[in-house]
Amino acid sequence: MQSFLDSLIAQGYFAGVPTEVVYAGGMVVFGLIVVLGFILNVAGVTTFVERRVWARIHSRVGPNRVGPQGILQWLVDGIKLLMKEDIVPAEADPRLFRLAPYVVVMGFVTTFVVIPFSSALVIADMNVGVLYLTAVTALVVVGILMAGWASNNKWSLIGGIRSAAQIVSYEIPAGLSIFPIVLITGTLSFQSIIQQQGWAPHTWFVFHSPFTFVAFFILFTSALAEGNRTPFDLPEAESELVAGFVTEYSGARYLFFFLVEWGNLYVIGALVSALFLGGWQVPPVTDNLVVLNVLQFVTFFVKSYFWVLVSMWIRATLPRVRVDQLMTTCWKYLVPISFINLIGQAALMVALPHGSRLLQAAMTLLGAAILAYFFYRVVFHLRRARPELTFSPLS
Amino acid sequence: MDAAAIYERLKARFGDQVGDCHLQTLDPFIMVQPSTIEEVGRFLKSEPDLSFDCLTNESGVDGKAQGVIQIVYHLYSYRHRHGIVLKVETPRDYPVVRTVEHVWKGANWLEREIYDLLGVTFEGHVDLRRLLMPEDWVGYPLRKDFVEPEEYHGISTRRESLLK
Amino acid sequence: MSLAGYEIEVERTPGTGLSTEEMTLNMGPQHPSTHGVLRFVVKADGEVMIEAIPDVGYLHRSIEKIAEKVGYHGFMPYTDRVDYVAAMFCNHGWGMVCEKLAGIDVPKRGEYCRVIADEFNRIASHLLSVGTMTLDIGATTPFFHAIREREKINDLLEELCGARLTYNYMRIGGVAWDLPPGYAEKCLAFLDQYEPLIDEYNDLITGNKIYVERVADVAVISAEDAINYNLVGPNLRASGVDFDLRRDMPYSVYPELEFEVPVGRGEEGTVGDCFDRYIVRIREIKESIRILRQCFKQIPDGPVIAKVPRKFKPPAGDAHIRIESARGDMGWYAVSDGTEFPYRCHVRTGSFTAMSIIDKISRGLMLADLVAVIASLDIVAPEVDR
Repeated sequence: MQSFLDSLIAQGYFAGVPTEVVYAGGMVVFGLIVVLGFILNVAGVTTFVERRVWARIHSRVGPNRVGPQGILQWLVDGIKLLMKEDIVPAEADPRLFRLAPYVVVMGFVTTFVVIPFSSALVIADMNVGVLYLTAVTALVVVGILMAGWASNNKWSLIGGIRSAAQIVSYEIPAGLSIFPIVLITGTLSFQSIIQQQGWAPHTWFVFHSPFTFVAFFILFTSALAEGNRTPFDLPEAESELVAGFVTEYSGARYLFFFLVEWGNLYVIGALVSALFLGGWQVPPVTDNLVVLNVLQFVTFFVKSYFWVLVSMWIRATLPRVRVDQLMTTCWKYLVPISFINLIGQAALMVALPHGSRLLQAAMTLLGAAILAYFFYRVVFHLRRARPELTFSPLS
Repeated sequence: MDAAAIYERLKARFGDQVGDCHLQTLDPFIMVQPSTIEEVGRFLKSEPDLSFDCLTNESGVDGKAQGVIQIVYHLYSYRHRHGIVLKVETPRDYPVVRTVEHVWKGANWLEREIYDLLGVTFEGHVDLRRLLMPEDWVGYPLRKDFVEPEEYHGISTRRESLLK
Repeated sequence: MSLAGYEIEVERTPGTGLSTEEMTLNMGPQHPSTHGVLRFVVKADGEVMIEAIPDVGYLHRSIEKIAEKVGYHGFMPYTDRVDYVAAMFCNHGWGMVCEKLAGIDVPKRGEYCRVIADEFNRIASHLLSVGTMTLDIGATTPFFHAIREREKINDLLEELCGARLTYNYMRIGGVAWDLPPGYAEKCLAFLDQYEPLIDEYNDLITGNKIYVERVADVAVISAEDAINYNLVGPNLRASGVDFDLRRDMPYSVYPELEFEVPVGRGEEGTVGDCFDRYIVRIREIKESIRILRQCFKQIPDGPVIAKVPRKFKPPAGDAHIRIESARGDMGWYAVSDGTEFPYRCHVRTGSFTAMSIIDKISRGLMLADLVAVIASLDIVAPEVDR
């Protein structure tokens, strides 16, 4: 984006305006486009997609009345929530109660500053991008704690505390799993990390070495836990705490919390795709910059959204873990494994400074084998299943 | 063991404190004094060849005409697969019965329900308070002479007849 | 509803000047997972519970007193509401106790119709129970599978007696209507379709490690405790006590039917934990299917109801019967004074006794476990309060 603005300045559009102001203005404008045009829509459509995907997994249909195939359901839900009465409980702390949703949204939206949509479309390609992302997602904890405490409701408090403990604990395996990538690339900037991968699967970092392979799964699990998704959705466990820390929220404030939850899925998908799955890399089919950028954008979007669908799939299948089991999983299993991972990767880099083609090939074959086995099992179960199945997601 | 044999054992052990045995009814039952029901229960539970380890049901019956409240205990033994019925009669205006909660824990809630709905006090019960009705309810609903109060906390219980 | 008697205790850590309080939480009458209007006052130290005191009575409808007003015949629809999830058993129980009082024999075909209705209702009730248990633990999919099969059973029962939930199908002396024509084929088709699906649905949740970790070794009830607290039905069998009224104190046509009684074996944890209570119910569904197939093969022709006078006046006396309902044995006790209105009618249900044990087994459990315990004991509010 910086180069784009530079080319505009060179063409003389912003005569008389200092460069920093142009950069800042450009970032703000692009940020607004991203927020209004991308985040809100993606988060909203994700709510609809989740309901349809869930419904198909449950062998039912899901919302299909509002608009063709129910596509406008999320819009209508959003409008309905905005029109609801804004209730602030009498005994709640009014300022914290009102502030909490905004803090949470801030923690979520600011992550989009560093997410690279394509090689030219990024609001600010900071050279500490990865660090910035992990730091800023921790703002969500503050917001959730505020929501839980300010509601003056013991159940919300329990939900808020559970969430704080969960997010803070799972930051550690998440961070430790990102470090092998940083070791390999030597940089924290997202664009550089993606540029060091290629478009072909065997060049992706996930197949770079066994340690990054394991780190990929640990990162995905920890990111799910940070996003309060099942099987780690205790803070909003519907059957125990009614709605956890958002029990007392209604209307627009409730909308903000759930926007963050579903939008976070996209951030998780984007993070994982950018670091491990090659980001927006496409084969060099054209020289036209615009077409290339569009292709890259679509590729990155598809990769990230695939992981969103996988999160929904996991949520529909698995039950919820208990708080002490959650903490045990993090501290007794994920943290030691990520440490060993990190040290292993470092040792590997010392032993083989230029990487190993053999390891890459081996890991790629392993990944392909796992995928093939998965498809084989799907076909096996389909053949064995008795009820009639319809495959069209639109029916 | 059948009811007659059980009655013989009880008579041998407790003598006068065990009342008559009615063998001709649909469920043969044995009358027991209200103050000794706990010892009788403990004996029935601990004797190896009786071993009535379960109190299946405990009901209260308001016998207004006779001026007594009857508590009916249905006992069952999982070990020997036999059952017996004990009945206790206590005067209606001062109903006090010894609790069997220390013998069979299942009696805890059953006796609370009888206290709540019929007003029988169980001596020795650890936690005798109302179970189904609210704590500040007045009266014992299952009694034959219970008259529903006109209102409860300002909510009226009278309603115009819909037939007008 | 007051918190009188549930005071908060303040515990002072010696030496530090810090004080910790127990939290008194209210898992109130309105809650997504208490299976009806039940209220628990939970004293918790953070996540770990110290006590969970049940407070019941929100659904008390004085059904027993109503019996004294409406008479023997008129009470039959009210019995459905004693446990609306497994209403056929309540009907059957009231029918049995009135027949015992008056010495009436139900014709064979009537008994078979009763057993068919009972066993279908047992399957439906167990499906709802395991479905909501998995939903409370967090897995949303098995609930939909269970409800879908239950809908098919509801359709079959609706064809039989016109209602999906509160059936009022049985009468004193038999059942109200005979099986409709073509009913046996429909039912057998459903059973053929459903039986292999049980294992398929089980694959999703029963072996799932997260699920097993949530329910195994949680709230273990030993056999002596279960008998002492008068737990019945699947709860009792899960604690290792091999007792089923249908086999050990048989009534109706059960002596002519062959079936096994699943008992908890402690496969994934200890005998008597929540997992055992769950798996015993799933196995009971399979046994019910077996019973149903035998019933449809063996059902004779004939009348379905005995001749019972309009003004039903059993001789004075009292009678007590036990029937194996979905939630355990239901003890019906009726006292008659020779008129057409019962003098006293008392029912002791399986959920009532299960509620009384919750306070004891919930010491030291976590809040999430309380939900699992209530769900595994299969407590429904109308049975507790009547």
